Amino acid sequence: MASRKESGVSSSNTLDSPVKQIQIEGLVVLKIIKHYQEEGQGSEVVQGVLLGLVVEDRLEITNCFPFPQHTEEDADFDEVQYQMEMMRSLRHVNIDHLHVGWYQSTFYGSFVSRALLDSQFSYQHAIEESVVLIYDPIKTAQGSLSLKAYRLTPKLMEICKEKDFSAEGLKKAAVGYENMFEEVPIVIKNSHLISVLLWELEEKSTVPSKHELLSLSSSSHLEKSLQMLMDRVDDMSQDIVKFNTFSRNTSKQQQQKHQYIQRRQQENTQRQSRGEPPLPEEDISKMFKPPQPPPRMDTLLIAGQINTYCQTVKEFTSQNLGKLFMAEALQGHNS
Amino acid sequence: MVAGSAGRCGDRTDRRTATGMGGVSSAGRCGPCPRGGDTFTGPFPSCRFALFLAAAITPFLSNMSVYGPVVKIHPVVVASIVDSYERRNEGASRVIGTLLGTIDKHSVEVTNCFSVPHNESEDEVAVDMEFAKNMYELHRKVSPSEVIIGWYATGYDITEHSVLIHEYYSREAQNPIHLTVDTALQSGKMSVRAYLSAPMGVPGKTVGVMFTPLSVKYVYYDTECIGIELLQKTRTSPSRTNGLTSDLTQVAGSAAQTQEMLSTVLAYIEDVLAGKVTADNSVGRYLMDLVDKVPMIPAEDFETMLNSNINDLLMVTYLTNLTQTQIALNEKLVIM
Repeated sequence: MASRKESGVSSSNTLDSPVKQIQIEGLVVLKIIKHYQEEGQGSEVVQGVLLGLVVEDRLEITNCFPFPQHTEEDADFDEVQYQMEMMRSLRHVNIDHLHVGWYQSTFYGSFVSRALLDSQFSYQHAIEESVVLIYDPIKTAQGSLSLKAYRLTPKLMEICKEKDFSAEGLKKAAVGYENMFEEVPIVIKNSHLISVLLWELEEKSTVPSKHELLSLSSSSHLEKSLQMLMDRVDDMSQDIVKFNTFSRNTSKQQQQKHQYIQRRQQENTQRQSRGEPPLPEEDISKMFKPPQPPPRMDTLLIAGQINTYCQTVKEFTSQNLGKLFMAEALQGHNS
Repeated sequence: MVAGSAGRCGDRTDRRTATGMGGVSSAGRCGPCPRGGDTFTGPFPSCRFALFLAAAITPFLSNMSVYGPVVKIHPVVVASIVDSYERRNEGASRVIGTLLGTIDKHSVEVTNCFSVPHNESEDEVAVDMEFAKNMYELHRKVSPSEVIIGWYATGYDITEHSVLIHEYYSREAQNPIHLTVDTALQSGKMSVRAYLSAPMGVPGKTVGVMFTPLSVKYVYYDTECIGIELLQKTRTSPSRTNGLTSDLTQVAGSAAQTQEMLSTVLAYIEDVLAGKVTADNSVGRYLMDLVDKVPMIPAEDFETMLNSNINDLLMVTYLTNLTQTQIALNEKLVIM
């Protein structure tokens, strides 16, 4: 189980993208956590912009700032202006003002959506090395920081550029749900002064370190994840039904066309034998309008999402199995 | 940009009229300081007074009893301050900025901050007020509940310029807090201290400003705890880096930690039994609690519980694998 964790996204050994590793400063991690904690409780997602710079094949993220929520009242709120002002102000205090990506919080791992794809595409198109950081607060509250960095694969970028989302386009580029996003490994790096600060905090703080990670009572989390998985699988099956009807319709149409042509030919031969002029050839394509093929992109997204859910659930179960075996050992000693 | 010389306070809209040598103004403001080697004929300028007092009470700060609100700080704020100190302009010896947060009855919680560009030299200090206002507005859009509660400065001492800056901030907030973070490690460690300003002096004559210390506590959200724990790991690695691990490695790490703690406790018990350390009753009670916490479940019940849980997890794994195979097949059939 543990070995399949990389197979959901294309393996990080063969990244052919310009960014091989992401280096985040501790400050950014803390800011993202704080932003979700304070503003994200009710609504779906919180988003923000990442700032940093590119060094050789590493992307260094040194700061970030949050984006306000989209509310109905602020219809005149100008996102672009907010961003521009923020970056200009930050430049005054010597913070890196190069936009290198954005972050988003997710709810039980559901982030593969059209909106994300579009946003990431526009970022990656403008700035080659940008990434999207997905922060999962619920998983983090369970004991381990869940922060993942994703980029679109070059193949997917091509497709988005040409806006060709039909089946042929996807087949041509050979993009499967496993090739949509590539995960970039993250490394956290702190400067010396921050290390000093961390030593101070260790001394001063009286909060006991939490051992959430070892808690066994996480079945509600599993329930939720499975529920979301089921919803997606339902969507998927609907999609499949649509596709099936489409293919059945196309084949029926083909049959009808054949029959029509045959009948025509028969009639024509009959007429020739009787000496009458043949009937004019009618435009077949106008008579039989081909049915609309269903959009393939949604299927791809749903498949990608299902895949991510499955990955998270499997990680979760492997962790829990480990914990159960530990509990067994503990009991074994006692009895 | 507003420039204030050490002897003159106020901003564009509130120019203090110079009242001549040694003029006394209302509580907390300085009159113009004589310069250029004149002897002070007027009363002692209050800014110098404040400095003297602050310097005098500094050694006693940790022992003094404090009244006033408790200052609760989130670690993200101090990390921000350290980061802006590292990015300061050439020649600046310290950075200042605004603190944002919420005020409670007995405490002030600091949750955010941003640095404000400023220039400081021997006799004058200039702070970009426009910038501060702007940034505050921008921050307000994201978190409307945060208000300006004070300001911070890096460095160990409170200087004369701090008094001026503090006055500006007392116009923005009711009772602003002044936070100092000793990033240059003058005192040997990075101490974070908070002060409230209080007017003092002889009424009618020179009044000065005294900075009274407040107690500082660190507070964390749950997720912040976990974040900080992860960051702590970077202290020990030589390149100060740390990758993010996943599934079983994390459980193993946690288990190792628990094991360490258990061995410390065991070592202590051994020492007590061998008579090297005197037994402490309260520790003994905690140990008793600890051992009691492991529930005594009859073996068969535990077996059934364990097995049913394991079965659940295995079934879920099987189903997810099945789903993944299904979508892979679907893709092959439908798209390719």
